Amino acid sequence: MAEIDDKIGRWLEKNTFHHSEFWDMQELVRAKEAAGLTISLCIPTLNEEQTIGKEVIVFKSELMDRYPFIDEIAVIDSGSTDRTLEIAASYGADTYRSAEILPKHGFRPGKGENLWKAIYQLKGDIICYVDADIKNIHPKFVTGLVAPLIYRPEIQYVKAFYDRPLSSLDSLKPTGGGRVTEILVRPLFSLFFPELTALIQPISGEYAVRRKVLEELCFPVGYGVETSHLIDVFQTWGLDAFAQTDLDKRVHRNQSTTDLGRMAFGILQTFLKRLRAYGIVKDMPELSGLFRQFQTDHRSYELTVREMIEEERPPMISLPEYRKRHGR
Amino acid sequence: MSLLSEPLLSPQTILSYRDELRKLREILLANVVMAGEIPAPTGYEGRLTRFLGDRFIESGLEHIFEDEAGNVAALLPGKVGARDIVVAAHLDKIWAEAEDHTVSVGADQMSGRGLADNSLGVAVLATMPFILERLGIEFDSNVILLGTSRSFGRGNLRGMRYFLEHTDREISSALCLEGIELGRLSFSSLGMARGEIFVELSGLGQTVEENTVGVLAVLQRLVSGIIEINRRESPNTRILVGTVEAVSGFNVPPRFGVLRFEIRSEDAARVAAVEAEIVKLAEAESPRGDHLAARARVEIIAQREPGNLGENHPLTLEARRVLQILGVTPHEEPSISELAALLDQGIPALTLGITRGRDRHTPVESIRLEPIFDGLAQVVSLLQFMDGGIQAA
Repeated sequence: MAEIDDKIGRWLEKNTFHHSEFWDMQELVRAKEAAGLTISLCIPTLNEEQTIGKEVIVFKSELMDRYPFIDEIAVIDSGSTDRTLEIAASYGADTYRSAEILPKHGFRPGKGENLWKAIYQLKGDIICYVDADIKNIHPKFVTGLVAPLIYRPEIQYVKAFYDRPLSSLDSLKPTGGGRVTEILVRPLFSLFFPELTALIQPISGEYAVRRKVLEELCFPVGYGVETSHLIDVFQTWGLDAFAQTDLDKRVHRNQSTTDLGRMAFGILQTFLKRLRAYGIVKDMPELSGLFRQFQTDHRSYELTVREMIEEERPPMISLPEYRKRHGR
Repeated sequence: MSLLSEPLLSPQTILSYRDELRKLREILLANVVMAGEIPAPTGYEGRLTRFLGDRFIESGLEHIFEDEAGNVAALLPGKVGARDIVVAAHLDKIWAEAEDHTVSVGADQMSGRGLADNSLGVAVLATMPFILERLGIEFDSNVILLGTSRSFGRGNLRGMRYFLEHTDREISSALCLEGIELGRLSFSSLGMARGEIFVELSGLGQTVEENTVGVLAVLQRLVSGIIEINRRESPNTRILVGTVEAVSGFNVPPRFGVLRFEIRSEDAARVAAVEAEIVKLAEAESPRGDHLAARARVEIIAQREPGNLGENHPLTLEARRVLQILGVTPHEEPSISELAALLDQGIPALTLGITRGRDRHTPVESIRLEPIFDGLAQVVSLLQFMDGGIQAA
């Protein structure tokens, strides 16, 4: 165990950054151009009209118009019924409906589906994913994640971490985010993949990854996508392929405990599937995809049963359309 | 009269500015978002000052100054440099540090605390180097982009006054930018006195009033007295009451209270006379035999002298002409903001609005996006006019 702790300590020392280390945009652009890299920003959306405009404005202004750092901003949408796509396009983002990308392969509702299809649709050598519900958006959400990939060729996958104040009606509460991480993911990692506990926010929605790694990964279409990535990248490339960057603070919408329960169910399915696939746990029974939750109203108790099957998309490199489009 | 060395800008040129500046939309709006999300209560503008200074540095400006009052200024050197023109926006907002300053962006508007007053004005300063570059405009005069501190309340225009007292440059003319309302054309400043009446009850309760409503009875009489003064004065002189505060709970009469007021008038003598009347009202509430054992004290915390550039001053006339070319009806109203300090010094100056908006000074304060480009075209056109030189106020 001490050996693992030493390994984590060394990794934290070497591969944990603070966004302020990359404040010099001119230097960052020079380094990016010298490395001959192209960078795509992907924002997966579903009914995000309240926050998408601000994200696109800030990223386009600061990272395209003022400094030529990213090469494209793409919004990939799961079927919004509000003005998400209209607003994003009006401020200069390329907008795509997930269902219209690789139509032969069908459409699965879920964030992971959008992330997977982004690999086909976008052009960059590096893809940076940023969730659309961030209220305190800032260029650091991209530069802090992409910069380690520019400066350190051996790093493949950079995760964000931050304080997570939750946004209520008119004030900020100082703590309370990351509940699924602390109650589910961290205990599971501690048991089965202790090195991965080094990642402070393992299921954060902001990360930047090299295409050559992304195209090799399976993508659960739902909540399990981040967890599966960490396990798969770790199994193939090891802990040193990861880095993480402190982005200080992320203000976002609060989610209900019921929603977090569904998220945890999806993550757990993905996790158990990985345990079986890597032979870590044998003889596991077939898992039910039915998630049961209760709603109570005074003394009446209503059982809600929802079928949640974490379907997975295959590695993009296995699709002939992808290999043709990207010359693989 | 104008000392113009060049003819007035043509309507086509002014309208072309508006169209061209739309191409800077994301850069401007990103500055509004970032300036908007930085809290900057009066006297605590430091983070916003740094943000604006950083923006000036990133724009390649070399002459950037911060002063002891918390102002930040950047100099755009002119080709000749014989004159110095100021474009100013106050940095402070009415909102406390702890309030949620998150900005929301829709398809045609943005909302959030302080966007109209005055994050948009600050964002225009931050974007000005890009604006001039995009339009290919180089001035003969030096242009000073100035973010001023401590405008509101007890701040009493401290930032602008400090700048004017300490600059070694002779400012030839100035524009003050406010987020809203496009069409605002302020060429005069009202005389103003802003004050607080502190009321305190001392001793044990001896009257029914004292034992049941405490200082509220005194505050009520003060408000009635102020209403009476307003009735007697002409409409050009007004006392506004913004705060009457006495807090205790449900069943304990408050023993301390405050009333905050502002006297506004075009006539300095009336401001002084009304101020004296308010002092008398307060004195009348001091211990009165067996009545309430009250003490009321007036403190004047901010003052302005009235000033007027003149409705027929060349700068005013040009501002009116530019607005009309842009299809905006000028709304002429006196100001009590930075303009007062500038006119005080005899500097020809105007206060202008940049866009249309609503719910000013509320948590959902909003600004419309499309009219911003009219506002920007207005500012640039007037700067070109000012570059030609105009007479002192």
